[in-house]
Amino acid sequence: MAVKVYLDQVGMAFPTPEGSFRALAPLSLGIESGRFVSLVGPSGCGKSTLFNIIAGLQYPTEGRVMIGGEDATGTIGRVGYMLQKDMLLPWRTVLDNVILGMEIQNVPKAEARERALPLLQRYGLGGFESLYPNSLSGGMRQRAALLRTLLFDTDVILLDEPFGALDAQTKQQMQEWLLQLWSDFGKTIVFVTHDVEEAIYLSDDVHVMGTRPGRIVETIAVPLPRPRDRAITLTPEFISIKQRCLELLRIHATPLEHAA
Amino acid sequence: MTDTLLYGALSRREAPASETATPSKASASQTRTVRRLPVQKDWPSWAIIGTQVGILVAIIAFWEIGAQTGLIDAFFWSQPSAILNTLVIFFTEGEAWTDISYTFRSTIFGFVIGTVTGSLIGLSFWWSRNYAAVAQPYIICFESIPKLALAPLIILVFGLDLTSKVAIAAALTVVVSTLTTFAGVKALDRDSERLFYSLGATRWQVFSKLVVPFCMPWIISVLRVNIGLALTGAIVGEFIASQHGLGRAILYAGQTYDIALVWVAVLVLSTLAIVMYGAVSWLEGVLRKGTRQ
Repeated sequence: MAVKVYLDQVGMAFPTPEGSFRALAPLSLGIESGRFVSLVGPSGCGKSTLFNIIAGLQYPTEGRVMIGGEDATGTIGRVGYMLQKDMLLPWRTVLDNVILGMEIQNVPKAEARERALPLLQRYGLGGFESLYPNSLSGGMRQRAALLRTLLFDTDVILLDEPFGALDAQTKQQMQEWLLQLWSDFGKTIVFVTHDVEEAIYLSDDVHVMGTRPGRIVETIAVPLPRPRDRAITLTPEFISIKQRCLELLRIHATPLEHAA
Repeated sequence: MTDTLLYGALSRREAPASETATPSKASASQTRTVRRLPVQKDWPSWAIIGTQVGILVAIIAFWEIGAQTGLIDAFFWSQPSAILNTLVIFFTEGEAWTDISYTFRSTIFGFVIGTVTGSLIGLSFWWSRNYAAVAQPYIICFESIPKLALAPLIILVFGLDLTSKVAIAAALTVVVSTLTTFAGVKALDRDSERLFYSLGATRWQVFSKLVVPFCMPWIISVLRVNIGLALTGAIVGEFIASQHGLGRAILYAGQTYDIALVWVAVLVLSTLAIVMYGAVSWLEGVLRKGTRQ
């Protein structure tokens, strides 16, 4: 498979009063088209910085971001992204929130709605399309936010802890729902989380990150068959991968976080 | 010093623990005060309205009787019967409708011009942080000037006609709208702006699809304040120099010691104020529903 996203010696340093602080060591990473990869790491490992760099929201101090063979460093609009905050607009209905991307791309509203409606119905938001976000539950809001990202129709989708604020049960449902979407649409997904189990359950590859400076310490492939049943989290293979991840996180965590 | 303080705090913290260990002793040594929860019984609405009307009637009756018996000086305070007569004359023979229409128009024009201009200025600060930073001290200066003190100047510049009253009303409302709308702009979440840009939005799209609807609740929230300010501005303008308007009627009546006419004009003015306030509250409700806030 072709490499869809390639990070070429991407690094980030911030100037501080005590000199330059290195948030991200120069790192290289290739993500193949159609894969689901996760970045896991303790807080302060630069996973959100890396996320912002890929999304083009931050300019790296060195290196390049290649998306689909083109230099995409610091350019926005090439990848869809979504944060823990759903950022649905309270004055728009669910349907009109979901078509925001198309609307901005100057697709006529009526046509955009027509395209979005069947997707809402298919992916669990049927009957909610004319409601306003305030009347939706957290899980439903995240679904709407994710569909908005999908309908923007980019090959690559970045998700920064999208389910971080949800309760455990809703989170599991959302994970299964996300896998369904991924297999239907064949997008390349980069998923940022600090939940190791979530990362392994969802991904083809898990990139474990360490701190000071932020870097990728190891890439662990997840050779578990798909579609994955929830029970897979109890198999010895899954548990051994999980142990390996946790071990890496423990070794590479900063002493401060050790104490805490 | 610190040691003793710390020790004191520790020993105090221990005290309740020993109390809970022997609860029966503690409660026996104290007599507990038990009170009934104060409960207020609501009157039926007819009783409330009846009392309100009763108070009003009592005040008017006291005033009328007082004036007739000489207890109240009718020259300075006038009396209800004379006020009623003047009211009828004001509407049948006087310039009631001209004055009402004049004050109403200056208020509404000033209100609309001030609110719209102020909101637009406030929104414009979103376009450039540098421009906002440069403009801010000027806005605050203009805010702190008592605008009514500028009224004589405004009358000189804009003349004796309606324009000068509209200008004073607008000057009073524009700053409130500007500052409140700017507060809305500042409250905008950077992440939602980023979301729009990540979807490939132009600045104009971010402005029209995000900034304006986001700031609407702020813009709407000053409407009721502004209608009151606009009315004040219009009246002050009429006080200073005018040929028509309820403000002029009040001033003229006062200068000619026609106290009954002062009361009539104030009464009509209050009615006008209530009507406009009601209309703006209704407008606010409609707009709020429209923006789902």
